[in-house]
Amino acid sequence: MWDNIKEFASEFFVTGDPLIYGADVSIALTLIAVVTALTYFKKWTWLWKDWLTTVDHKKIGIMYVIASLLMLFRGGVDALLMRTQLAVPDAEFLSPEHYNQIFTTHGVIMILFMAMPLMFGLFNLVIPLQIGARDVAFPFLNSLSFWLFFFGAMLFNVSFVIGGSPDAGWLSYPPLSGKDFSPGVGQDFYIWGIQISGIGSLMTGINFIVTILKMRAPGMKLMKMPMFTWSVLSSCLTIILAFPILTITLALLFIDRYLGGHFFTLDSGGNPMMYINLIWMWGHPEVYIVILPAFGIFSEIVATFSKKRLFGYKSMVFALMAISITSFFTWAHHFFTMGTGANVNAFFAVTTMIIAIPTGVKVFNWLFTMYRGRLSFPTPMLWMLGFIPCFVVGGMTGVMLSVAPADFQFHNSYFLIAHFHQVLIGGVAFGYFAGLYYWWPKVFGFKLDEKLGKWAFWFWNIGFYVCFMPQYVLGLMGMTRRVSTYGWDKGWYDLNLVSTIGGFLMGIGFIFQVWQILHSIKFMKKAPADPWDGRTLEWSIPSPAPVYNFATIPRAEGKDWYWEEKQRIAQGLPPSPRPKLEPIHMPKNSGIPFIMSAFWFVAGFGLVFDWLWMAIPGFIGIVVCMLAHSFNYKTDYYIPVDEIKRTEAAAAGRGV
Amino acid sequence: MAKSENLNVSSASHHGGDDGHHDLEGMRVMGFWIFLITDFIMFGTLFATFIVLNDSTAGGPTGAELFEMPGIIAETFILLTSSFTSGLAVLAMNRGNRKALIGWLAVTVLLGLSFISLELTEFFTLVHEGANISTSAFWTAFYTLVGTHGLHVSIGLVWITAIMIQLARHGINPVTKRKVNIVSLYWHFLDVVWIFVLTIVYLMEVM
Repeated sequence: MWDNIKEFASEFFVTGDPLIYGADVSIALTLIAVVTALTYFKKWTWLWKDWLTTVDHKKIGIMYVIASLLMLFRGGVDALLMRTQLAVPDAEFLSPEHYNQIFTTHGVIMILFMAMPLMFGLFNLVIPLQIGARDVAFPFLNSLSFWLFFFGAMLFNVSFVIGGSPDAGWLSYPPLSGKDFSPGVGQDFYIWGIQISGIGSLMTGINFIVTILKMRAPGMKLMKMPMFTWSVLSSCLTIILAFPILTITLALLFIDRYLGGHFFTLDSGGNPMMYINLIWMWGHPEVYIVILPAFGIFSEIVATFSKKRLFGYKSMVFALMAISITSFFTWAHHFFTMGTGANVNAFFAVTTMIIAIPTGVKVFNWLFTMYRGRLSFPTPMLWMLGFIPCFVVGGMTGVMLSVAPADFQFHNSYFLIAHFHQVLIGGVAFGYFAGLYYWWPKVFGFKLDEKLGKWAFWFWNIGFYVCFMPQYVLGLMGMTRRVSTYGWDKGWYDLNLVSTIGGFLMGIGFIFQVWQILHSIKFMKKAPADPWDGRTLEWSIPSPAPVYNFATIPRAEGKDWYWEEKQRIAQGLPPSPRPKLEPIHMPKNSGIPFIMSAFWFVAGFGLVFDWLWMAIPGFIGIVVCMLAHSFNYKTDYYIPVDEIKRTEAAAAGRGV
Repeated sequence: MAKSENLNVSSASHHGGDDGHHDLEGMRVMGFWIFLITDFIMFGTLFATFIVLNDSTAGGPTGAELFEMPGIIAETFILLTSSFTSGLAVLAMNRGNRKALIGWLAVTVLLGLSFISLELTEFFTLVHEGANISTSAFWTAFYTLVGTHGLHVSIGLVWITAIMIQLARHGINPVTKRKVNIVSLYWHFLDVVWIFVLTIVYLMEVM
């Protein structure tokens, strides 16, 4: 009996690596600390009632942001571990197996569990406020999306200490990720972690399309929408067209691994290339999904801090849509070297170059917006300014990579690594940081400390160039991605050392950001409703926004309605008339999304370990949750007028 | 795979309150249309995979050798008829006739059940004749594509049954109306997909 338990535990838990033991201990201690704190301060009810069951888009957004910052920490630690291993030749800090796991999890976590949730967090925090809505179209579904993402991410992260992480690269190409070459459970964790959170992403896409198309304030025509709203719309359209492909692709890989299928095997007629085509048909649009909202954020910020209307509104909208559509026709540029033939390569090379045109249009529009504007440079604007040169260089190297013949040299080298980190960090990460700094006062009601923010920005920005510029050169010197070590004879050591230093500088930048947040919470400086002299609807309501967002919905005609309203009032004209207060219809909280997602976790975990006794109850639980929700007809309530008046008066009394 | 359920967050009664916005039920129908687009892409991906792996039988049995067309034709007529009866259910609902509505939905469920049982019979026969999911890439693609459609139909059966119970409880009101409309959209969608399955998987294989 005892021997059986010992044997099971040695297979179930990852053993034999001091780093992992350290992680085990820290996970256990954190869990104990959280549970103790919640029990000691009697906060369990508060947690359940106010957060776990909430359908309020603002709270869901906050949870998204917190989760994604945690994942940013984990992915960043992965990155620093890799850079440490590569700092000097012949290093023995990480074993090759461990290194494989780390670059796999770094990629998956940074794209799918950091960038995506941070993006969804910003969607949730901003979009309803920006279009003058009281919530998203489907609040219950919104909560479900979040919890599916959360439990999917947890399932993926658990693989680190239980069973073993995936180690076939961040997109898990077969045949390496098939049963023959990856017999362990790591790949199954990969499949189910991404699958569960991917369902949530797909539903978020549907949710926000309907929200934006159907719930805008009266008077706000499509071509009068704020640019961030446009960018979210284009991003969500891309999501609904791309994510189904991911769902199916992962399902096919799972059938291969679990039922002995032959989609992507090397024998019995399988075709591994099929997987690579399918995964990039999702994967390439995916990178545009994450960058488009960042473009929208920059458009908002550059207009606000230049005190000018955004230059070239129509061309901006056209560019967003053009990028969104074109992104579906470029997937094969990820494998020019696979021998698909010259004509196919030429087609995808051209489509890839075409994408640079609308992107260039956007960059020039931002520059022209700043031209002769009254500029100010608080932290959001700094990230915007850091972004432009970074993204331009990253885009240029992207065009270099799109030249199919040249790509035979660049392919899978550090040149490519440097390129996509440049557009993902310099574009996506900087963009979302800018957005967080910009909307932080609106969400939490206090401002972030500017001084620490500037330190964080410069560490991030300088660290970025120190880290990735040497990698372009390394790539041209022949260093390929995914090598866990190299010899002295290669001549790569000096540049790698510089690159590692840059990586740690970015780590210091992240520490500054955490410090900045803690510092700002401690020395709370209340933010007014309109801290930046903003231009769009979200700045017209108190900070933080009341639960119903808008006591009365304004008629928002004009692109920068709030700005124009402020101008009118400054000229002594009366403010726009508002409808009278009426009871507000609100959705009730629901525990079903949390419970259902927990069942998804159980089902996924059971399938990972091939435990049907666990997976089947999990799926039954999911169905029961769906039916429970379907049979519930009491899902909303009304906020009476007196309460609205009290809330508004309290907000006015706080001087916001 | 993933099925988002019918989404309801509202009550039947909007007693003149300001929702801040328009018609919630209409938004839900629109959301479901968008979901159908995503589902269509999922099936499209499976069809593409099937077409790519069409000749990858690796020396094993081919579809043309094993498919029994009479059963497939019967399945097709049953499913088309069930689509028709679900349409009749919606017509009955628009006339406000709850009994006829539940009755036609019940007929739809029964037809769906016979479709599923015929399909399972077909699958068992195929496995018995030596073509299971790991025989070759072609058969993996076949079972995955046709099985995904079958899974959709099975989910639809549970869903329609749940809505029949709700209709018996609450009668015809804006919320149950929207639910019936959405489920009938779903059912017609499965019918359209089946036409593609019939054409691409079976007819092109045996012709």
